[in-house]
Amino acid sequence: MIERHESVVVTTFVRVLVPLAQLFGLYVLVHGHESPGGGFQAGVILGASYILVALALGREALEERVNERACVALAAGGVLLYVATGAVGFAGTAFLDYAALPGPGSPVRARWLGILLIEIGVALAVAATLVLIFCRLAARDAET
Amino acid sequence: MSESLLAALLALLVVPALLAIHAGDLLLATLTLGGYGFAMALTWAALGAVDVAFTEAVVGAGATTVLMLAALLRTTRRRSPLPGRLRWAALLVVGTVGLALGAVTAALPPWGDPDTPAAVHVSPRYLTSAVAETATPNVVTAVLADYRSYDTLIETVVIVTAGLGCWLLLGPRSR
Repeated sequence: MIERHESVVVTTFVRVLVPLAQLFGLYVLVHGHESPGGGFQAGVILGASYILVALALGREALEERVNERACVALAAGGVLLYVATGAVGFAGTAFLDYAALPGPGSPVRARWLGILLIEIGVALAVAATLVLIFCRLAARDAET
Repeated sequence: MSESLLAALLALLVVPALLAIHAGDLLLATLTLGGYGFAMALTWAALGAVDVAFTEAVVGAGATTVLMLAALLRTTRRRSPLPGRLRWAALLVVGTVGLALGAVTAALPPWGDPDTPAAVHVSPRYLTSAVAETATPNVVTAVLADYRSYDTLIETVVIVTAGLGCWLLLGPRSR
């Protein structure tokens, strides 16, 4: 069982750090076109921020914030978003060619949008998967 | 990138690896493996592979360490000694693979050589047309998410499937 940390320094620091880490994760996600990073790294950072909550504030604090069933749905939803974005390509040339995405107008901007959409899918899938595995690993000794 | 910096980073890789192997306490071994991941990330960064360094830092040094620590909470911190016969078998396997890898290293093209097959096949096409075709200056992202999107899609499916497998094996919450 992972308990709430006794030190007020640790718990306060984590309360400040977690939103910043999540903001940085979102930055890494949406800025992947221009700088190092992308969906995978962003997903791990977002997932790790929730793990940090559990490590410092205890498992109950994590359970208040995330729901395991929602995590399963998010993980599957991320993959579905990826596949759906790719499937729009059937309207154009081929699966996973994002040039046919409606909205941006030009094929180049459509590909840019397609990359963003699939990165969001990857980030959701990775973050949810990481939190799921950690929840299960951390839970068992509390129940037995 | 200076050769001496790279040599220092590679030396930095060996230390936590040896520590992790010889530590009797698995908690110590896990933490030194985290240090190994961090040294690996620095090495990738020094080689110019910033995206790989980023992934190594968050996964190798961060997420894997935390997941292994959580796994340790549920097992034991003590390492069970390997039986004598297995030790010799392990030495034989590791020695053979090590010698084989060392032997083929000489046949690898020099690092950064622009005339290798990897650098002359499709890479120039990506490097010259990624911005014009996808408006994405970070070519690594363009390759991963657009040109090689099948790989990334299947990777994501593998991660989610493996994660759901762990989740089911470790037991659903309501029983």
